[in-house]
Amino acid sequence: MTASDKAVPASISLAPVRKPLLPRLLRWEWFLVVLILGVSLLNAALSPYFLNVQNLFRASSDFMEMGLMMLPMVLIIVTGNVDLAVASTLGMTASFMGLMFNNGVNIWLAAGAALLLGAAAGLFSGYLIARLKVPALVITLGTYAFYRGLAYVMLGDQAATGYPSSFTYIGQGTLPGTPVPFSMALFLLMALVFGLVLHKTAFGRYLYAIGNNQDAVVYSGIRVARVKVIAFLLSGTMSALAGLVLAARFGSTRPDIGTGLELAVITAAVLGGVDINGGKGTMVGAILSLLLIGLMRFGMGLLNIQDQVQNIAIGALLIISVLLPNVPQKIRDRRSGWDARSILVVLLALIVVVAFGWFFFWSRAVVFSLS
Amino acid sequence: MASDRKGVARGGLLVRAARSREIVLGVFVLLLILATGLRSPSFLTFESFKLVLLDAAMLAVIALAQGMIIITRGIDLSVASMLGLTAMMVAFVIRAYPETPIILTVLLGIALGGVLGSLNGVIITAGGVPPIIATLGTLSAYRGLVFLYSNGSWINAYQLPVDFKQLAKGEWLGLPNLVVFAVVIAIMVYIFLNHTHAGRDIYALGSNPEAAKIAGIRTGQITFMVYVICGLVCGFAGVMWASRYEAAQTNTALGFELQTVAAAVIGGVSMLGGSGTVPGVLLGALLLAVIQNGLTVSGISPFWQLAVQGFLILLAVISDSTFQQRARRLSMRRVAR
Repeated sequence: MTASDKAVPASISLAPVRKPLLPRLLRWEWFLVVLILGVSLLNAALSPYFLNVQNLFRASSDFMEMGLMMLPMVLIIVTGNVDLAVASTLGMTASFMGLMFNNGVNIWLAAGAALLLGAAAGLFSGYLIARLKVPALVITLGTYAFYRGLAYVMLGDQAATGYPSSFTYIGQGTLPGTPVPFSMALFLLMALVFGLVLHKTAFGRYLYAIGNNQDAVVYSGIRVARVKVIAFLLSGTMSALAGLVLAARFGSTRPDIGTGLELAVITAAVLGGVDINGGKGTMVGAILSLLLIGLMRFGMGLLNIQDQVQNIAIGALLIISVLLPNVPQKIRDRRSGWDARSILVVLLALIVVVAFGWFFFWSRAVVFSLS
Repeated sequence: MASDRKGVARGGLLVRAARSREIVLGVFVLLLILATGLRSPSFLTFESFKLVLLDAAMLAVIALAQGMIIITRGIDLSVASMLGLTAMMVAFVIRAYPETPIILTVLLGIALGGVLGSLNGVIITAGGVPPIIATLGTLSAYRGLVFLYSNGSWINAYQLPVDFKQLAKGEWLGLPNLVVFAVVIAIMVYIFLNHTHAGRDIYALGSNPEAAKIAGIRTGQITFMVYVICGLVCGFAGVMWASRYEAAQTNTALGFELQTVAAAVIGGVSMLGGSGTVPGVLLGALLLAVIQNGLTVSGISPFWQLAVQGFLILLAVISDSTFQQRARRLSMRRVAR
């Protein structure tokens, strides 16, 4: 994405522009639907346990905390920012709740306080970002360490356990009479709310406008700072809510709870077609990509592939989803076509990668043959 | 060298000193060492300070490369994964062939790191993927490769030859080898950044990418170069890590990327690109190492470490940006006159 792309003024009108039929069919969302169908078919062919409604619903609860944090993340990425601190906010608020619970505070009171703390954490990040006019990446890298650090300060090597079953229900229970997990219902409700906020309100249009051309938005008299602060406030609050669900699902809280989830959350949003440079993306796309990642992980889990090794696929998917849309433009840029030098560079790169791959498996095989 | 000093009005010697990040940091580090020494005098012995220097050296070499990347307005979040992967692969080779000359293991680590770094570089420059997304992806992919490679197993101290274990900890002129290596690398980076065309291009690219391109700087090549350098350095650090801790684990250096960014940013490398110095980064790394060791020695819960680190990053970012805003306003006022 170059600067000239962003210079195109954003349409701030509330009425959506009707596009011709073909481009509407060629949207990223349909691509995701195709991928989802492909992954489902592949999984169903590879494992007999995949097409089981009970299993699918049970597995889905692994992804609801991620989903809850992804919703405000979409709003933030649409403005061209990113919140690296979501998982740390989750850890801090859940640890805070655990600390209060350990000290005899009623669990619901503690949960409410955790939500407030999450809102305050988001407000703090948002205020700094808007006030100092620095990229959110810079500030949230600091709060990423700071909030997680506070989680360790609060609980140390302790864990909070023994939550009452009325509380663990929000992470483990299902809606009465159905196999639908409560957390999934909560996520769907929140997804509806956030989808409406993003696509049907003036606030949502401001988010897109800021992502497209912030200066123009400032000059049209919209309070950019306030919009950003609200987006981060929502992010902090939803991270705290995700923390409650995760703590309830585990039935306990340790200070490292949810470590590394920010990566999964950002991956889900970006894979969903939300442009990391801002200004583009839909809530439907993000939710579809969450479904895709969930099905991929569930399927790989059924094949006994370790979580960490699954990360190779997810990391590659993240890069490819951003890289792929760039390729046609890159090829068009090089009007003269492939010159000798670029072919040489590509060949060299291929040789290096093949050599690395060969060394990787060769040296591994040697050691495992020793033991 | 730091561009943020240009727009500042002249002041007295003390005022100017207070505005230099290196001097402020240096004084702060000294005070911290003295304060820790008052609580527990054993901290002030040379033996215990060697440990601080070892920690600082490991952090500094990667923070220097990270700093170069941040100067170009990029970031490399995959450093800890690159370090972990090369540490594991080199340890595997040494386990299979204990007779391998030490120098070859170091070169192997550097080469492997270079491959990983150049993959980052290709994705970012040729693929047009923003650095944060690209390295966030390789952060998890490379870490996944560590698991795939080792099948979850570890290389332990008894599986490594004595010579290799002495590589980082052995001493030269009373200083641990790793510290000597770090000093050499720092001098090389200093000369590269300040006295070569490519080094100056890094600053130019970070200050204003558009202008750099118009001025004829091959921005793509420079960007590619800094990620390759970072990979090479991480490969070297991976060998050193395996030697120092006498082990290669699947979670080697997990989360270390944050410390490298912290050391660079605390050391005055601006996340907005274009400014940062080698002495600043070295002091940033030293500060983090002193805090880490100081907390343990003075009996404060080590759980405070991460919070303190995050607080310092925030403090550095806030002071940087308010300072820059004031400088911009000052220079605007001067133009208006």
